[in-house]
Amino acid sequence: MRDSRASRILRKLPREKAFYFFTSIGNYTGEKAASLKEFVEKTREVNVQSLEFHLHRGDFERWTAETLEDNKLADQIGRLKRLGTSGESLRDQLHLIASKRYEEQKADYSV
Amino acid sequence: MKIKDQTVILDDLDLRILKSLQENSKQTYTEIGHSIGVAHSTVYDRIGKMEEQGIIKKYTALLDLDKAGLKNVTAIMTIFTDPKESENVAERLSELKEVLEVMTSLSEELLIIAKVIAKNQDDLHSFIAKSVAPLPGVLRIRTSIVTRKYKEDGMNHFLISKQD
Repeated sequence: MRDSRASRILRKLPREKAFYFFTSIGNYTGEKAASLKEFVEKTREVNVQSLEFHLHRGDFERWTAETLEDNKLADQIGRLKRLGTSGESLRDQLHLIASKRYEEQKADYSV
Repeated sequence: MKIKDQTVILDDLDLRILKSLQENSKQTYTEIGHSIGVAHSTVYDRIGKMEEQGIIKKYTALLDLDKAGLKNVTAIMTIFTDPKESENVAERLSELKEVLEVMTSLSEELLIIAKVIAKNQDDLHSFIAKSVAPLPGVLRIRTSIVTRKYKEDGMNHFLISKQD
């Protein structure tokens, strides 16, 4: 039986619910993520300034908790914020956390 | 005023009335007539026709938001779009109450320039992230926040007086 919570977290979102990557207030990079899978990919691709901007504002935490409805991932990202992680270290850790969570959910979904 | 081939042609009197109205739109027909030397009935008639033709779009108040104690942030957005979607993006932006002006510009690529107002920087960002970035055809956005306004007139005396 497929896990309904995992399927919810892994779902593809409509464009108005996607995460839009900015580098500062009002400056949109053109990159967006409309699912956890895309979010994992984008953490590798977007400008690190964008990752720092959104981490500092709490945008990643908010989007993962409120839109993806994944509180566990939101908590893990919150921890990164509290540690003051930045630069390429932020990229690596954010990518690791998000990709691990994606693989977990994918495994749960296919059980 | 004459209408030729569906184009409105304003005469000197129309232009003088417009200039007077732009200086002070609260003037009465008599006051305008007095200042430009024609009867108030002529002013009434000309203004009515210019309203009908959409030359006078509306009468509005130009506010000083800072003096009114209304905190605000004004920003200029430059929106890079897919050329096929530019018109749709411009039309959708024009429907949003936070957007004061929308223009298109062709430099190296087709751009949309829009003036936007919000209560503060957080609201500005939230508006752009939730209402502008998701519009189909938006490729990227550059936003400049206005730090000081040196002139904000909204009138075009210059063009009106240059017509002759």
